[in-house]
Amino acid sequence: MSAGPTDAHLLERAPFLLRDWLTHALPEPLRWFANTLIAIAAILAIFGTLFALLTLVERKVLGRVQNRPGPNRTGWFGILQPVADGIKMLTKEDIVPRAADPLLHFLAPVALLGFSVLTFAVIPYGRDLVAVRLDAGVLYFFAAGSATELSIFMAGWSSNNKYALVAAMRALAQLISYELPLLLSAVPVVLAAGTLSAPDIVESQGGFTWGFVPHWHVFTPWGAAAFLVFFISALSESNRSPFDLPEAESELIAGHLTEYSGFKYALFFMAEYFGMCSLCGMAVTLFLGGWQAPLAALEFIPSYAWFALKLCALLLVFIWIRATLPRLRMDQLTRFAWKFLVPLALVNLAASAFWSLSFGWAGPMQALRWAIGIALAVGPFVLLGRRLGAGIGPRTYRYA
Amino acid sequence: MNALQLCLAFSSLLFAVGLAGALARSNAIIVLLGLELMLNAANINFIAFWRFSPSSAPATGVIFVLFSIAVAAAEAAVGMALVIAIYRHQKTIRLPDATDLKG
Amino acid sequence: MSAALAIVALATLGSAAAAMLGRSLLRSIFMLAVSWAGVAAFYMWAGAQFVAFAQVLIYLGAISMVALFAVLLTRQSRDEAPPPPAALRRAILAVVAAAGVAAVLLWAVAHSPLAVSGSLAPATSVRQLGFDLMGRHAAALLVVGVLLTIALLGAVVLAADGAQERPGDEP
Repeated sequence: MSAGPTDAHLLERAPFLLRDWLTHALPEPLRWFANTLIAIAAILAIFGTLFALLTLVERKVLGRVQNRPGPNRTGWFGILQPVADGIKMLTKEDIVPRAADPLLHFLAPVALLGFSVLTFAVIPYGRDLVAVRLDAGVLYFFAAGSATELSIFMAGWSSNNKYALVAAMRALAQLISYELPLLLSAVPVVLAAGTLSAPDIVESQGGFTWGFVPHWHVFTPWGAAAFLVFFISALSESNRSPFDLPEAESELIAGHLTEYSGFKYALFFMAEYFGMCSLCGMAVTLFLGGWQAPLAALEFIPSYAWFALKLCALLLVFIWIRATLPRLRMDQLTRFAWKFLVPLALVNLAASAFWSLSFGWAGPMQALRWAIGIALAVGPFVLLGRRLGAGIGPRTYRYA
Repeated sequence: MNALQLCLAFSSLLFAVGLAGALARSNAIIVLLGLELMLNAANINFIAFWRFSPSSAPATGVIFVLFSIAVAAAEAAVGMALVIAIYRHQKTIRLPDATDLKG
Repeated sequence: MSAALAIVALATLGSAAAAMLGRSLLRSIFMLAVSWAGVAAFYMWAGAQFVAFAQVLIYLGAISMVALFAVLLTRQSRDEAPPPPAALRRAILAVVAAAGVAAVLLWAVAHSPLAVSGSLAPATSVRQLGFDLMGRHAAALLVVGVLLTIALLGAVVLAADGAQERPGDEP
């Protein structure tokens, strides 16, 4: 952990001042250890609270979209609903099926939550506010994220339940299918920024053109396309609608979580929301400029506030999509990943390479650069979309 | 026993465990996984020497291991696909039962 | 320093041995995943962070999935029957052979003049790795890329069902 920005104003330095005040009495060798503990505690506390609030906000937003008020009985505007849910989960009986594998059944939510929380370590939450400054931070993020898939299968298999096993296989197929577009859409960003370290990627998106257009990656043609692919893949990696087939209540009871009750179910839930938060956090870091302000005049607002604002905006879009779109079928899901998103991401990689190579073009060449960039982003989208939807004609009915 | 020898001993033992599994078991999948363990042991060897021996091109050890991991992944995928194809043909993947070409 | 290495090594070897000996195929794969994580921990101990992350991403995130799918698609998820005596004799011979190999390797390691350079890990940044991969080893990178593509296409063809897609299956 660094000393923080020394020239910024008070609000910006507030987290560092708080941390130094908490550890000023400790001797020097212990201070590193205490700093790390404080970072871990802060991340867990903030994202735990965010998880609780998110469950409530999701139900309220879903309710309002569906023209009903959502939870409003527990406290003013239902604000105590997460507390009520927590009490309910904690006091439920923990049932483990007799034929289940007890060790794996216990370890699955632990492993899932562990790996999900590990991904929070490399996201830069503000200027110099990153828990671990890794040289290969983005790779670490994706490695920790991919290790969560094994624990989902562990949950499904250890339950010794046919439905849970089938659901676990479907979840696994979905997760590995969408991991590829997720990584492939992050590679153009690494190419453009020239580094795998997340804080450096955020810092490479600083600066403004004409004073008001930030250099965020989402404002380039390849960046917008890559952001869309990353966003859709993030929706799928966190098992959110319209890709929530593994937890589809109407299909597989609760999917791989069927045999889990009480606090373990809450742990799975928490891991899913943590995954959602960390993927949104990485999307903000890679594409939306991380903690950078969108206008030079607005830089008095602290960097962590900007990060929180962008994160909440993305989470609200997640919830909005859940309220709006119907669920995809398994074969539609895998076809969408392999036949649409992966080729799109690959072409996007070439577009990003072109964008980086044509950096020196100026004047009218700049317009040509933008035209080629937009063509490389929109063209494959239209062509692939046309091929993917081929065969949708008038519906034929087969009567029994 | 300096640190390098400890790492090499570790990798030798891991290689031996993988070898024992690959030779002793009759299930094709376990044999393939024993193969993966042996490849991992070789990678550990590379990283041990990268760590403890001076070199003029220090990145070469790491790059070799990256290529080795990639090739091991390809080989695991092809091996598992072969296992699935064999199962579809003879409904069992026990290696002693694969005697179609015998005698 | 050696304590951390000893813990990682024991955990890896223990879970690998449990994987190779276990009767239940799925539990073997989970044990093997633990040993691969142990190998990744060893890479972190040695300071090769990039390789450690690649190990977790590829082995824990991909190869274990491939193995799990192979197990489930070949219906091996039930516990295996105890092996017949001939197989047991072969297993004992195999363990003896592996122990012999281990003995030879350990003797070679103990009696070789292996000098240890410094205690600092060689500084290999990701940037340096990238330059080397795309510079000195560009040909090898391209060859590995082609190899991976061909191998995975071949694996898909091998494992494919062969059944024709029915025309009513499109979205």
